Amino acid sequence: MSVLPGGARVEVVGLTAGYGRTRVLDSVRLTVEPGGWLAVIGPNGSGKSTLLRSVLGFHPHEGQVRVDGVPTSGMPRRERARSMAYAAQAPVLPEGVTTRDYVALGRTPHRPLLAAPRGVDRQVVADVMDRLELAALAERRLSTLSGGEQQRAVLARALAQQPRVLFLDEPTAALDLGHAQQVLDLVDLLRRQDGLTVVSTLHDLTLAGQYADRLALLSDGRVVAEGAPAEVLTTQALSTHYGARAEVVHGPSGPAVLPIRSAG
Amino acid sequence: MTTTAPRGAGAATAAPATGGRTWPAPAGAALALVLAMLAGVWVGALPLPPGAVVVTLLDRLLAPLGVAVPGGLEGTQAAVLTELRLPRVLMATLVGAGLAVSGAAYQGVFRNPLADPYLLGAAAGAGLGATLVIAYSPVQAIGPIGIVPLAAFAGALVGVGCALALGTVAGGSHSPTLLLAGIAVAAFLAAGQTLVQQQNTDDLRQIYGWLLGQLGSAQWSDVLLVLPYLVVACTVLLFCGRALDVLAVGDDEASSLGVHPGRLRLVVILAASLATAAAVAVSGLIGFVGLVVPHIVRRIVGGSHARVLPMSLLVGGAFLVLADLVARVVLSPAELPIGVVTAFIGAPFFAGLLWAGARRR
Repeated sequence: MSVLPGGARVEVVGLTAGYGRTRVLDSVRLTVEPGGWLAVIGPNGSGKSTLLRSVLGFHPHEGQVRVDGVPTSGMPRRERARSMAYAAQAPVLPEGVTTRDYVALGRTPHRPLLAAPRGVDRQVVADVMDRLELAALAERRLSTLSGGEQQRAVLARALAQQPRVLFLDEPTAALDLGHAQQVLDLVDLLRRQDGLTVVSTLHDLTLAGQYADRLALLSDGRVVAEGAPAEVLTTQALSTHYGARAEVVHGPSGPAVLPIRSAG
Repeated sequence: MTTTAPRGAGAATAAPATGGRTWPAPAGAALALVLAMLAGVWVGALPLPPGAVVVTLLDRLLAPLGVAVPGGLEGTQAAVLTELRLPRVLMATLVGAGLAVSGAAYQGVFRNPLADPYLLGAAAGAGLGATLVIAYSPVQAIGPIGIVPLAAFAGALVGVGCALALGTVAGGSHSPTLLLAGIAVAAFLAAGQTLVQQQNTDDLRQIYGWLLGQLGSAQWSDVLLVLPYLVVACTVLLFCGRALDVLAVGDDEASSLGVHPGRLRLVVILAASLATAAAVAVSGLIGFVGLVVPHIVRRIVGGSHARVLPMSLLVGGAFLVLADLVARVVLSPAELPIGVVTAFIGAPFFAGLLWAGARRR
């Protein structure tokens, strides 16, 4: 049983964006294949979140974003919302709202804004909640859930949109290692089973190397390396762009980054 | 399963599981409003027989259909009912409903539980407008319409307009900037109002009477004056409930769900301000309703605006009718300013709710 429509190809061409006169992104070019997982990595302030927000159309920018070859700039917002879903780094969880009502917000682009949810909307919401093991929490208020459960609820809301591309801004930022792995395992499962395309920022390089199938290293607003995790995560790159001393350990499911204390 | 069960206490138990939680609350609130309105026309300096009041109301309601219901009130009693009590109770309902819905909408649009309908300068603008014409206007009315309501209405709209303009210039529709712009505009207009008031101490009593809020002078013409504005504004706000639920998850997320946060915010602010301006124009500044009624409602039906807004409409109307009833009765034949009553009843009631909520956890 799958409620997701399958992934789309995402192309970003010549994307330039900034705040005021400060340029934050400079001619960024990226491609994500259908069903692929691209993790955008880079040091603090390199423009990761701005890149995601620009691609989604929340931030003014130059350049083009195409989903399955169709430029998103001309799309009505609702149509765009039917192919691209977004989970923010620090999502606002509204007061006094149940998990089910929150997840149901994901149906907004599929139904008239003024109308009540239809049968099909309730069905999709129930399916998504089952799949993310949220059914037992349906009537609980969001504020009473644990951090990991809240992150699953945010993910469920995004999936209820039945998107073709899922954008995640630091999905593990507020989670401990175990819960971070649970969430990323879940995203990986959705990607493998349904072919969902995933674009995420991840500041944890080891998690990025383990889960994504491609990495894009952003530094000073430019993509300085793009490719398979083992090609991008190198001691040299970590030293140059992060100013970090680290070893890269290659394991069966991808590279892991091991920070090394300075000898002095 | 009977979905067309008759309205009443028994129907709630037969409701299906999904509707069971959602519809008894509005039905109960509607019943409370009707009972409050009936109490509002029954009770007063001249007590009216409840049965005859209901018969008279039915008679007047059915008169356009050519149906006459015998046994109603006559003479002075009928005049008290139709010319004094009825417009006053209807006015209290409209003003309470308008302020409560506007308050709930403002709280939603700013994602701020302390927002109230007077936040963006509507109250200060209305106060300045009313004070100016009380102090300086040579005429009391234009045709059948009093000049004070007109000036208050215009002042409220000017206040909100200035706040919106300043907020837009300073920081787009980003809500914290708009809130601060509203505070700046309100402070300036309030200072202007005080200045005019201090130069015209002869009118102090009348100005204060208006500022504290009153429904005692409500006439049919006042009811008809505000009715269209309140109906339009409240209809728009009720339609925006589901969109406000989307806005509650943040601007970026709302965008990602296909909603335009800026446009929605503007529509809701304009509608809520129109309702507030209309309410303030005929009733003066009645505090507390717009701030507290939405919070009371949230404790009953949860945080979803699709439920909070219609419930606020009903509960706000009932609350103000009862507050006005108390204002008339406590010091009878004198009257308390209704703003005093709303705070006197509302504050302890709300404190009790907070306390009960804290104990339940």
